[in-house]
Amino acid sequence: MAEVLVLVDHVDGEVKKVTNELLTAGRALGEPSAVVVGAPGDAAKLRESLAAYGAAKVYVAESDDAAGYLVTPKVDVLAALVATTSPAAVLVAASTEGKEVSGRLAARIGGALLVDAIDVDGGDGITVTQSVFGGAFVVKAKAAKGLPVISVRPGGLEAQAAQGAATEEAVEVPAVDPAKSAKITGREPIVGGDRPELTEASVVVSGGRGVGSAESFEVVEKLADVLGAAVGASRAAVDSGYYPAQFQVGQTGKTVSPQLYIALGISGAIQHRAGMQTSKTIIAVNKDAEAPIFEIADYGVVGDLFKVAPQLTEEVAKRKG
Amino acid sequence: MPNIVVLVKQVPDTYSERKLSDTDHTLDRDSADAVLDEINERAIEEALQIKEAHDGEVTVLSVGPDRATDAIRKALSMGADKAVHVVDDALHGSDILQTAKVLAAAIGTVEDVDLVIAGNESSDGSGGAVPAILAELLGYPQLTHVREVTVDGSTVKVTRETEEGLTHLEASLPAVISVGEKINEPRYPSFKGIMAAKKKPVETLDVSDLGVDAGDVGLANAWSTVVEAAPKPPREAGQRVEDDGDGGSRIAEYLVGQKLI
Ligand SMILES: Cc1cc2nc3c(=O)[nH]c(=O)nc-3n(C[C@H](O)[C@H](O)[C@H](O)COP(=O)(O)OP(=O)(O)OC[C@H]3O[C@@H](n4cnc5c(N)ncnc54)[C@H](O)[C@@H]3O)c2cc1C
Ligand SMILES: Nc1ncnc2c1ncn2[C@@H]1O[C@H](COP(=O)(O)O)[C@@H](O)[C@H]1O
Repeated sequence: MAEVLVLVDHVDGEVKKVTNELLTAGRALGEPSAVVVGAPGDAAKLRESLAAYGAAKVYVAESDDAAGYLVTPKVDVLAALVATTSPAAVLVAASTEGKEVSGRLAARIGGALLVDAIDVDGGDGITVTQSVFGGAFVVKAKAAKGLPVISVRPGGLEAQAAQGAATEEAVEVPAVDPAKSAKITGREPIVGGDRPELTEASVVVSGGRGVGSAESFEVVEKLADVLGAAVGASRAAVDSGYYPAQFQVGQTGKTVSPQLYIALGISGAIQHRAGMQTSKTIIAVNKDAEAPIFEIADYGVVGDLFKVAPQLTEEVAKRKG
Repeated sequence: MPNIVVLVKQVPDTYSERKLSDTDHTLDRDSADAVLDEINERAIEEALQIKEAHDGEVTVLSVGPDRATDAIRKALSMGADKAVHVVDDALHGSDILQTAKVLAAAIGTVEDVDLVIAGNESSDGSGGAVPAILAELLGYPQLTHVREVTVDGSTVKVTRETEEGLTHLEASLPAVISVGEKINEPRYPSFKGIMAAKKKPVETLDVSDLGVDAGDVGLANAWSTVVEAAPKPPREAGQRVEDDGDGGSRIAEYLVGQKLI
């Protein structure tokens, strides 16, 4: 079976959920080989989880430089592996960094770039499904020429476990040319506490300008916490300083597609909807009965979020016992 | 004295309805109003701030149809010095890789470039990949998705902001930067700026001027092809109730009914 290279998205010695989705997609196209690019020791911590989602091989590309420069080491390693393994496709997460890695890789190897797939299909040539303009259009695309380099949207398809051998094979990280790369001089990872990451969460509770202040975002957080949800925010809430920018949902923020999205005090502007309207179920609370968010909500309550949300929090807590 | 090239793109206004054309599945540019992409205003603003601090020259570059001149004029009226507009019918339907190659060739026509500044992600294609691909093609370091930039001699330091949090980066010039939404508040063009922009030079180039083969660009030569495109049926509004003091409980009941809790 044809080999499919899967770039492992990992942080702090753990794979991100999207890696399992990539391996699942890889199995639809051939036999997935996981590619770990990172600091020495990273791959050992990830192997078990990669095996559980069907990685036949694990290519281990570890060095200090691999973790010390932005994007280019990953492209270098993948390009070298493409040359030695002649894979059927390369799969990368459509995260901020993954989109950059896949774009550069396609440019370097003369591959076909297929971005932000929500599904992949083997069969007669590889086809990907994409959702564009914030979910307004569904598109199927193919590589016209060259190796398909595909970025896959986190949460786009469902991960399915399958045992793989996960045989490790060390590969070299090509030397970094500092004139052509950006050196990482420091990191301040998001301290999200125990909340799931926004793009990976199955439930998202978002607050908008209606929340009114940074302090009152507690109302949003409390509901999120009983539901095991991630917290999101509208751009107006972010711009007003109520919540940090990395939690912005929408066209210029994150695109989320959870099982359940709860919008509190969000009007539902087109740019906000672009980032959340593919959610399976949408609940909205807004005191304005005319707010456009109600046009796409499965269940809407016209009312004050400061009355409705705490009551919902309490009800959910009760049911969990 | 950094020479800065700012990449700007005209996009359909996100407030209007955006469509794919029925015939070839490319962006239907006539169906929506066209505007300078908001993120590119921030790219221009950052370039102007760097220029104000260090001198230098700001060149605006756009690859797009005739009417992209409006976007270019807006950039010039904000304060950019001159512009290059690559316009060619052969480019219709070009994909991300082809567009990046044309942009790289056009950047090559500007002398002694120190910085290329782009938006991090365009609001129509949302590829979020052009700046990185340009860095690849030009052999420059990429400092992308940034919310803070400092240029110090031949070194550039930035803070990158992504879903991972903040990353501090450092590289040598020349380099490619892409700006995020939180980097600055773009200035409004002044009346004086608008008048001055009318006289600023705009060089118009086609692909042959760039030494790019017309057989390498455009829909027919793209690396990827759309085989099918369908509008998704719009979401329908569900139930809407007034809160009578039991709104929270009613949502909880709904969620139980849907087996969501
Ligand atoms: C290029 C561009 C990109 C953009 N990108 C994004 C993006 O990525 N994400 C994004 O969100 N927006 C984006 N926007 C902005 C978008 O157009 C809206 O301005 C924004 O989404 C509004 O946020 P909001 O709904 O929180 O605020 P508002 O529109 O001010 O709505 C607040 C709502 O809260 C309700 N409310 C107030 N008090 C209460 C209460 N006590 N209880 C219940 N309801 C209450 C009000 O009725 C109102 O409907 C973008 C705009 C542009 C031009
Ligand atoms: N056709 C184009 N002309 C000029 N700049 C562009 C073009 N396409 C993309 N860019 C630049 O690249 C950025 C990111 O675009 P994208 O990778 O398409 O999301 C944009 O904000 C622009 O600065």
